[in-house]
Amino acid sequence: MLFKELVIEKLKNQFSDSIVEVTDFRDDLSVLIKKEKIVEAAMFLKNDTDLQFTMCKDVTAIDWATRKKRFTVVYHIFSLKDNFNLRIKANLDDEPWQIESVTSVWPGANWYERETYDMYGIVFVNHPDLRRMYMPEGFQYHPLRKDFPVLGIPDSLPLPKVIK
Amino acid sequence: MGLEAKLNKDGFITTTIDAIIAWARKSSVWPMPMGISCCAIEMISAADPKYDLARFGSEVMRFTPRQCDLMIVAGTVTYKMAQVVRRIYDQMPEPKWVIAMGACTSSGGMYRSYNVVQGIDQFLPVDVYTAGCPPRPENLINAVMTIQQKISKTKARDFQDIPLLDLETAKN
Repeated sequence: MLFKELVIEKLKNQFSDSIVEVTDFRDDLSVLIKKEKIVEAAMFLKNDTDLQFTMCKDVTAIDWATRKKRFTVVYHIFSLKDNFNLRIKANLDDEPWQIESVTSVWPGANWYERETYDMYGIVFVNHPDLRRMYMPEGFQYHPLRKDFPVLGIPDSLPLPKVIK
Repeated sequence: MGLEAKLNKDGFITTTIDAIIAWARKSSVWPMPMGISCCAIEMISAADPKYDLARFGSEVMRFTPRQCDLMIVAGTVTYKMAQVVRRIYDQMPEPKWVIAMGACTSSGGMYRSYNVVQGIDQFLPVDVYTAGCPPRPENLINAVMTIQQKISKTKARDFQDIPLLDLETAKN
């Protein structure tokens, strides 16, 4: 059995009613899962002896702007057992934009989630240190949201006073 | 030729204090290399043997602002970095000069974006702007020479009564 089929089968057995969609585009497997189950699924994928997705490569988000389910949180994880990449996605339906943090499963997701929070304003519940990553403290906005103007909002970022 | 020829018979020269101080000042402008991004590479090239900024007395790049006269801001200044650039500038002793090296520092350059300061003259008194992305070392040397011309026109009284730093600004 291919590792990919094993992943799909195991996930479907374990989370039959929480898996919304499984797509396999150009050998790139991605699984859309209900956001309530994200930590449970992450824990399963990491600790299952046949799968061993021990590495979280990236956490990011997509702002769909006009869709009703505005944000999608995307996780890229990796299994060293079979050199296999898997993408997990979870839709956020409504405000407040928040999802459970996966740092309890992959500690390496800490800064990725901070970056996603900084850029999209998605709150990761139970994150140990949810501060901004790139933008200065006290900045009010989230720059990668589609409703944020490219040139920024005047006076939202302070500059030192001019002398002379 | 030179000063020795004039002085071989216990000679003396007359000049003004302003002229001799300005001459001394412009002949040893010590730059503070504020190399923030790619322009820094060209700034390093300007100091190397091929272009040799030492010909103009500016080869002594000091990595502490307290020993410098000239700040070469070489690279993209983000809003977050602006606070740091200004804090370093404030630590330089008077009199001091600033070169905005390259398109990013002069105008934001290709980064027309929310995170990049669109020209460092929004928070620093810039004396010379340098065009280029990044500018060639010759261009930076030209900027240093322009600074030298500017210094040679200064008088001692220009630097009197400079107000003490506003403590609020120093604290940022």
